[in-house]
Amino acid sequence: MKTQRKAISLISGGLDSMLATKAILDQGVHVEGINFYTGFCVEGHTHAIRKKDKAKPKRNNALWVAEQLGIKLHIIDIIEEYKDVVINPKHGYGSNLNPCLDCKCFMVKKAHEWIQENDFDFIITGEVVGQRPMSQRRDTMPVIQRESGAEDRLLRPLCAKILPETLPEREGWVDREQLFGFNGRGRKPQIALAGKMGIEDYAQPAGGCCFLTDAAYSNKLADLWTTRGERDYELDDIMLLKVGRHLRPRPHFKLIVGREEGENRFLEGYRKQFTHIIPISHPGPLVLVDGNINEEDLEIAARLTARFSQGKKAASVRVEVHSKKGDTTEMTEMDVTPYRIEDIPTEWYL
Amino acid sequence: MNNKQATTKSTVRKQTHHKLDARNILCPLPVIRTQNLVLTLPEGDTLDVSCTDPGALCDIPAWCRINGHEIVEARITDPDTNEVLISIRVGKN
Ligand code: SF4
Repeated sequence: MKTQRKAISLISGGLDSMLATKAILDQGVHVEGINFYTGFCVEGHTHAIRKKDKAKPKRNNALWVAEQLGIKLHIIDIIEEYKDVVINPKHGYGSNLNPCLDCKCFMVKKAHEWIQENDFDFIITGEVVGQRPMSQRRDTMPVIQRESGAEDRLLRPLCAKILPETLPEREGWVDREQLFGFNGRGRKPQIALAGKMGIEDYAQPAGGCCFLTDAAYSNKLADLWTTRGERDYELDDIMLLKVGRHLRPRPHFKLIVGREEGENRFLEGYRKQFTHIIPISHPGPLVLVDGNINEEDLEIAARLTARFSQGKKAASVRVEVHSKKGDTTEMTEMDVTPYRIEDIPTEWYL
Repeated sequence: MNNKQATTKSTVRKQTHHKLDARNILCPLPVIRTQNLVLTLPEGDTLDVSCTDPGALCDIPAWCRINGHEIVEARITDPDTNEVLISIRVGKN
């Protein structure tokens, strides 16, 4: 009896990995999905935080895709190991702080380790030659195979026909003739294939799968590295970069200002870790102070807090300052004049 | 004569109830924590997961469905804090 071969498919939640997986499933291969959580993934977070997004249905697209395809999905936390990919990418960054090529090599490497541990035969990705400027080019395809260690156990069903034959094709585990030869940035072949496969609902292709492709987010991360004097981060740092308005009045401190109820509630979870300010005479945001501040800085922070409260036009706003002193917090009240919008230098906004 | 009595062995395994606190973390972390714990549990055990990311109400059941675990209950326990509770009966790993 022919042994049923087993493949692991990198599921991002987008259309391409869904099509690639379906193509291999349709050839009778046992496929399971794998999805890596780096901490920068766009999935759900901001929706979960912001109240105005609450009405929108929330779903994890990778889980949803796996369920549509009827396959298992393994979600792997790679937050710690991924830091080195973001901080020291051998192949550099894309247009923002997205280290796409290193990232792909790393994820395929992790998938390769997984197939060795779990006795699977090969790896599938939804990559298409020419689809992405950095990681999906004809010359980077072999780099990923080589640097991940997966070599020819890595099959890209959507563009396999225009790439050299891989092990699963050579061994007859899959029929190369039934694979595809997609090429270039266009989306039409994928959309047509989805139609043929009866796939009607899928996540719209976006610019990238993570926050690192976002210019505003990357600026905030770059600011964090510059002002701390080292290129490093913790999960909380990168979570907080997704939330609120960030202003840096001085190099040694910045403010994170909740923009609405959902964000304020999320920031509340960080009250014990940060000095924070809350307006009490008027409704307003919770403001976290990241950095050590002196009296003069505190006044700037309190006046900015007042500016973003509903008392922004009032002569005076009373705020409560919870200053973090070691493990304890000291509470004081202050009356301050809100900044006028024209007095806030634009370069303070990150 | 053989005095030995025939014995039928029956293994009675106690099913254990577990709790997981996945509050104040955002999806997909509650799913990952649930997954990593469920993978260590024997079939039939039950697990209550509490979360504050309402996305978990959709994601944890989805993960259970595709991986063969049963959702006993999934509900909002505190609308003010967004707290949700998901009860799972572990299937075959
Ligand atoms: S967009 Fe983000 S997750 Fe996707 S390949 Fe680039 S760095 Fe990796």
